[in-house]
Amino acid sequence: MSTLSLIIKQIINALQLGSIFALIALGYSMVYGIIRLLNFAHCDIIMVGAYISWYFMTNFANMPYLAVAAAIFGCTLLGVAIEKVAYTPLRGSPRISLLITAIGVSYLLENTAQLWLGAAAKSVPPFFKVTTLSFMGLSVSTTSVVTIAVVTVSMTALTLLVQKTKMGRAMRAVSEDSQTAQLMGTNINATISFTFAIGSALAGIGSVLYCCAYNQASPTMGSMLGLKAFVAAVLGGIGSIPGAIVGGFVIGLTEVFVSSIGLSTWKDAVVFLILIIVLLVKPTGLLGKQVNEKV
Amino acid sequence: MKKIFAIILSAMLLLSMTACGGGGEKEAETIKVGILGPHTGELAVYGLAVRYGAEMYFKQVNDAGGVNGKMIEVVNYDDQGDATMAVTGFTSLVDDGIVALVGEVTTGNCRAVVDEAYPINMPMVTASATATSITYDEETKTVFKNVFRTCFIDAYQGSKMADFASKELGAKKAAVLYLSGDDYTQGLAEAFEAQCKEMGVEVVAKEAFSKGDKDFNAQLTTIMAANPDVVFLPNYYEDDGMIVTQARALGIKCTLLGGDGWAGIEKYASAADLAGCYYASAYAAGSTAELKAFEEAFVAAYGEDYLNMFAATAYDAAMVVVEGLKAAEAKGAKAGEEDYKQAVIDGIDQNAGNVKGITSPSGYKFDEYNNPEKDVVIMTIKDVEGVPTPTYHMNY
Repeated sequence: MSTLSLIIKQIINALQLGSIFALIALGYSMVYGIIRLLNFAHCDIIMVGAYISWYFMTNFANMPYLAVAAAIFGCTLLGVAIEKVAYTPLRGSPRISLLITAIGVSYLLENTAQLWLGAAAKSVPPFFKVTTLSFMGLSVSTTSVVTIAVVTVSMTALTLLVQKTKMGRAMRAVSEDSQTAQLMGTNINATISFTFAIGSALAGIGSVLYCCAYNQASPTMGSMLGLKAFVAAVLGGIGSIPGAIVGGFVIGLTEVFVSSIGLSTWKDAVVFLILIIVLLVKPTGLLGKQVNEKV
Repeated sequence: MKKIFAIILSAMLLLSMTACGGGGEKEAETIKVGILGPHTGELAVYGLAVRYGAEMYFKQVNDAGGVNGKMIEVVNYDDQGDATMAVTGFTSLVDDGIVALVGEVTTGNCRAVVDEAYPINMPMVTASATATSITYDEETKTVFKNVFRTCFIDAYQGSKMADFASKELGAKKAAVLYLSGDDYTQGLAEAFEAQCKEMGVEVVAKEAFSKGDKDFNAQLTTIMAANPDVVFLPNYYEDDGMIVTQARALGIKCTLLGGDGWAGIEKYASAADLAGCYYASAYAAGSTAELKAFEEAFVAAYGEDYLNMFAATAYDAAMVVVEGLKAAEAKGAKAGEEDYKQAVIDGIDQNAGNVKGITSPSGYKFDEYNNPEKDVVIMTIKDVEGVPTPTYHMNY
């Protein structure tokens, strides 16, 4: 393998990893943008999605589409349910109460999964036959291609949704100033629920892609993944959709770069170092807006 | 008052001890061997496996006429898996006049017993304690020359797999991907690397990952670029299952190797990806005729509940003990004397190579740290109609 093809291959690895981070970071960012909540339960929604995929793929192995649909639908439902049960009653409360509730929900999901399905990882059967495509002396697995393609499509769709549709306009309005938006006739509750639904659906897609690439579901799988996606969201500017995408890819590139130069055990440290640097130097992130709080 | 009471008590204890010793001399016709372990409690499944495995061999020796015409008398002590009781039990067995010990079963308790056995030079063979600290104290740089074992230490598999890769697979270049910060995986990786150097196999890539990592593509790409003949994955089955899947998806087609942490990997990767991989194991049920005969006899005598790997290594441990006893008897040493214990130890040291153990037909050899050089079972994984099936490959 020549140095050039090695570099290209590592970049593809980085894109694959980064696109999963980006997808999850989007969920964090959208929810933060609309109700200023760090939804720490988001990463565990992915875990639930992975278990749904596992359940459908082991029981209905010949219907991968069913598993994909079930995972996305299940995640969406769960996300909205969490919002209705845990966050809506607290909407007027201090933000710290919401944050603590989110952490609580996260632990609840993790421990329920552990109690119910055991601590050992479940192996998720492959959704499609993984082969290695090669062109110009370069071999790329179908998993990488599918992951990068699906994430690109999802992000384009999301951008169109937010920029071009009525619901998207409502989302942007609520995120800018929810009270004014309400005065203008926007249904705040519906908009917030819709945002959770979209964020969780992305988590569902993320869980399916995760299972394609890493073929295992375990109760605590979401925690590290979630933390890194959170770092990606902060790096890109939390609340910003393009920021989350950029942040995800930067984190993916960083991880792969650090690993490929032989410092793989320092990878996590480097990622969290980035978080510290961003918070010290540019707390609004790469693409975040400086919001002046008016009293 | 308390002092007087204490003196009287210790005097009584001393008396009873000499009484026991005297009893031992009267029955000079038998050779007493102790078996120490948890025979009740939650570790009983291991303790009893060891006990029954060892007892079975001693019984066979007795049926064949004993050692030097003398019967072996087994003295059991149940320590219930407790370290304090293990030490008490050991002292009590010594008082009973044993000349060698099979045990203890768990690493922690075994280490506690070693502390007592080393000063009095009591020969002991454990069938199951795998930690290096059992025979070697790193702080004082002491090798416990009286302690042997018939299970291999973890890291030994690493060097065996390097041998296997070089001699059986003809590998010239090897790569390693291991979990850092874990004694087991790191030990295996280092032993593999060291033995590769010895065999002239070039280690072209040595990559690590951290606990909880799920994405190994970056490391695997580096490994792939180095173009190795084999990749050694000395980790646990969940991680290795994921690594195997990702490696194959990336296009790494070479043979993948593992240690006994691979047991169970067939649930975490597909048959196509795992086919043709090899991993080390301590025991493969029914793999050889000798093992089959042992298993049948064991089940007939003690039932199926306790038939596990430790029953087999305990059977071998008893064999090793008998080898030592033979040497001591041939020397004409007298049971209960220092010479006898030393003769048993020397006998094991020199003659264990003759032991055709059921888990090591090529015998036992003890290195400078008293760790055994013995057979490792090499398992391979076959694709049986889409189901990955671990299959016995060879004793190596």
